[in-house]
Amino acid sequence: MDQSICINLAVERVNTSVPTREQPCKLFTPGEIIFLQSDFMRGHGTYPEDDVLKASVAGVVEQIGKLISVKPLKNRYNGEVGDVVVGRIIEVTQKRWKVDTNSRLDSILLLSSVNLPGGELRRRSVEDEQMMRKYLIEGDLVSAEVQSIFADGSLSLHTRSFTYGKLSQGILVKVYPALVKRSKTHFHNLPCGASIILGKNGFIWISPTVSDANSSGGFTQNLDQKVLKGDREVIARLRNCILALAASKIPLYSTSILYAYEESEKYQLAELLNPESMLDIAILTQQKIQMMEDF
Amino acid sequence: MDLVSSQGLRIDGRRPNELRKIRCKLGVFSQPEGSAYLEQGNTKVLAAVYGPHQTKGSRSKAIHDAAIVNCQYSMATFSTNERKRRPRGDLKSTEMTLHLKQAMQASIKTDLYPYSQIDIYLEVLQADGGNYCACVNAATLALIDAGIPLKEYVIACSASLGNGDVPLIDVSHLEETMGGSNLTVAVLPLSGQIAVLEMSQKFHIDHLPVVLNEALNGCRRIYEILDEYVKTHLNEIGTIAGWAKSDF
Repeated sequence: MDQSICINLAVERVNTSVPTREQPCKLFTPGEIIFLQSDFMRGHGTYPEDDVLKASVAGVVEQIGKLISVKPLKNRYNGEVGDVVVGRIIEVTQKRWKVDTNSRLDSILLLSSVNLPGGELRRRSVEDEQMMRKYLIEGDLVSAEVQSIFADGSLSLHTRSFTYGKLSQGILVKVYPALVKRSKTHFHNLPCGASIILGKNGFIWISPTVSDANSSGGFTQNLDQKVLKGDREVIARLRNCILALAASKIPLYSTSILYAYEESEKYQLAELLNPESMLDIAILTQQKIQMMEDF
Repeated sequence: MDLVSSQGLRIDGRRPNELRKIRCKLGVFSQPEGSAYLEQGNTKVLAAVYGPHQTKGSRSKAIHDAAIVNCQYSMATFSTNERKRRPRGDLKSTEMTLHLKQAMQASIKTDLYPYSQIDIYLEVLQADGGNYCACVNAATLALIDAGIPLKEYVIACSASLGNGDVPLIDVSHLEETMGGSNLTVAVLPLSGQIAVLEMSQKFHIDHLPVVLNEALNGCRRIYEILDEYVKTHLNEIGTIAGWAKSDF
């Protein structure tokens, strides 16, 4: 099978920015004064000095009542209680798993905040502690929710629902956390035939749709199930679409991903990796989103 | 040979108080949190910032109320006229690393990230004088790209004396080797605080204030150039992400 390989010269690199009709907004860079008075509450990305409020990151100012914060485009995931995240187990320790969630400190999944197989609520015994490796080991991927935030800023996760738990077959895509838009639900069964978990931490999980709702939660991992080639192609196409949107910094949510998927139909799967076609999809998606907003 | 000609021009055609052309680009890598590429004349530097993340290695290294800043300065083997044997680990690179760390720590608000670590990797691709300055400036850009809170920019600039009493800024490699002593300063340009000040040789007490002042002026001008670039870059990529809806 012959495949054309596309390697561009650096000077011919595609500019991934998508034209918008939005007006450029006022930006603040580190050290710039936001307010001269100090009667405002300082939020993230700001610091007070000599009675003035200054920005500490580069971005736009968000004002909620008296709270002033500066939002950067890219940063590590700042956890908030209730966020849906996807993470990877990196360590199994006493009564807890350490999870990499792209946060600035490792997150913690306590043994007491998971639903053990069997279902019933009970005290976690020593046997359970010894069985921890049977449920989740290093390298496993889990979907979870942020339960609380510790004093040092690390996150405590929980999987106390059948929607959360160990992930079995699929693809993980990593994007900037800020690109994932907060919405009512972060679990989607897309009509194109794949399920998607949009982790608020920028980890996106794409998997084949499982018809049996019970098998998704908990710690079962169905590796024997064969994913058909058609499903795999859908998943790969979704991945490429998400990367195309992320390269052009378009917010990711179910609608934008679906639009991008529809626009990508005209391309072969492998063609979606070309920077030109990625940009094309991003532009078409952006236009479609704007059209829908106008209605 | 004089560093400044009778017409008042330097060897590469600049005026004594003129900077070399600065070109930069943010977000050049996808893997690190922040990255930047900076050219000052022919000096070319790549910077990458990872973190803040959990401290790697022994836990005892972690500080309970601040983040550790970890720098690594390396010069590509092809960066100098004579091929370098090893890119890092020699005494000069180690010293550079320490100075870089000092400059970056002056600006990063490390107290916001307890038990964490911020890694800054710098690679000089082409060395033509002012490597330290280019590295500091590139590291600042990469930190801004990574969204790490800074008090303000840290900007470095070098200055020297030509013809005995003419202060020169943004010294190139030729002038570094031909001329006299060389002063490098890293400052927080808005507040004017000095983070690092280094001289390669002694200055006469009469010349020091003049040269230092020129270097500080250079820093302020570099700041303006970089700030403008950061803003245009953010506008380009930020409006699409829904920033324009901010009603501030």
